[in-house]
Amino acid sequence: MKVENFSFTYAGALKPSLRGINLPIMQNKITALIGPSGCGKSTLLRSMNRIHDLYPGNKYEGKIELLNLETGEFENILEIKKENDFIRLRQNVGMIFQKPTPFPMSIFDNVAYGLKIMGIKNKSELADRVENALKGAALWKEVHDRLNKSAMGLSGGQQQRLCIARAVAVKPEVLLFDEPTSALDPISTGAIEELIVELKKDVSIAIVTHNMQQASRISDYTAFMYLGDLVEYDETETIFLNPKIKQTEDYITGRFG
Amino acid sequence: MRLVVNKIVLGLSVFAALLGLVFLGWILVTLFLKGMTAMNLSLFTHDLVDNGLRNLIVGQFVLAGLASLIGIPLGMVAGIYLREYGYGSRFAELIRDLSDIMMSAPSIVIGAFVYAVAVIPFGGPSGFAGAFALAIMMIPIVINTTDSMLSLVPKELREAGIALGASKYKVIFDIVIRAAKVGIMTGILLSFARIIGETAPLLFTSETSNYFTLDLTESFPSMTVSIYNLANEPEESARDLAWAASLILTVLVLVINLTGRYVTRNKHK
Repeated sequence: MKVENFSFTYAGALKPSLRGINLPIMQNKITALIGPSGCGKSTLLRSMNRIHDLYPGNKYEGKIELLNLETGEFENILEIKKENDFIRLRQNVGMIFQKPTPFPMSIFDNVAYGLKIMGIKNKSELADRVENALKGAALWKEVHDRLNKSAMGLSGGQQQRLCIARAVAVKPEVLLFDEPTSALDPISTGAIEELIVELKKDVSIAIVTHNMQQASRISDYTAFMYLGDLVEYDETETIFLNPKIKQTEDYITGRFG
Repeated sequence: MRLVVNKIVLGLSVFAALLGLVFLGWILVTLFLKGMTAMNLSLFTHDLVDNGLRNLIVGQFVLAGLASLIGIPLGMVAGIYLREYGYGSRFAELIRDLSDIMMSAPSIVIGAFVYAVAVIPFGGPSGFAGAFALAIMMIPIVINTTDSMLSLVPKELREAGIALGASKYKVIFDIVIRAAKVGIMTGILLSFARIIGETAPLLFTSETSNYFTLDLTESFPSMTVSIYNLANEPEESARDLAWAASLILTVLVLVINLTGRYVTRNKHK
């Protein structure tokens, strides 16, 4: 996936919240978006599956291109208009939110939800894919004997892994994580981080985080954003050990932000 | 000084709370004492012509039930529109304001309105007109509950549904409504409790009947209207019957209310 000369303006806002962003999301790598609150990193992430479209009046400019793994061609997702194409986009580009968002239904139905939207009806295929997704999210052992129980009964960390399983189940190409651990305790955070690193074998990952240790621990590339601009993008090691721009260094060393 | 003020305020609020409770208790005790004198099993097996209340109890439920059949779906759909589709639009704001005004409309006015549009044109009172009046009372309440219960569903849940590729209506019906289910059901139950005890909307729409009937095109038995009529009669026995009917009605409303609360409480366990 790559973002090219992308600008974004919220409905009713005079100035764009993002200006001329250029950023690649490398295949099977983890790209971290860091920066102080209000810098636009979540806005950028939420553009990548056009979840902004839930609210009318927002304006996109530029391109966000998604690689079609079958044809090898790039498709500009900002040009999508048809309902069916949106469904396809969101199944290709999954999203995990800050707060766990289990649906008020059973654990099984949560994971099967996206699959049913894809049109999978066959019971045994559903069961297989749910099991695989839960195994992929390292949750199977904890829940395999209570798949029909409500997902609301799980702990926060388990709920977040359930949301990951739900997103993984539809086999996306890209997964977007919007501060996925900021509502969790350190142990659950560790489990989620491990899981994210594990997941990059199969998907490309973009993660917004306020936690710089987290960015340095798990990401391959890091983008530092400030007030709607992308200030610096490079390999994570370079950003953290040898940033080229003074602003990046100041933020990383904790002098502002 | 502050401590003294605190004590005075505390004392006053406890007094006010007790005063409220005293009146509530007084009502219940009076109802119980007066109602029990005429209370016996034959009330439930005979109709008003034979000094029973059977036709009235059934009639009241039929009226409120029919009103619910109209009011609940309409109110819910309107509430869903207000929160999920029209949210923020001027039209939706207008509807919400109108619905709030309707909720505080005097019930006798609604009765008079239905008299003008559904009693006079059809040549007389009918069960349909009564149910129609009750439905008009119920709709704004259901709209309001649906709207406010849906507003409690976090927007992240909607976004998560959309992010999985679900279309908007699927997110609303599969996820959002399910998340708000208990609250909406409680609201509906409470609105039912509200309309089953109404008199004014029925007074000149369904009127009442001394006989058992399920024919909704005629005057229809209504417990509340009959209580009003019986209380105005000179004989002691008629007034005792009114007390008994009042007690039964109160117990019914109380049970429905408590069920509503019980359901809500269990949700939070």
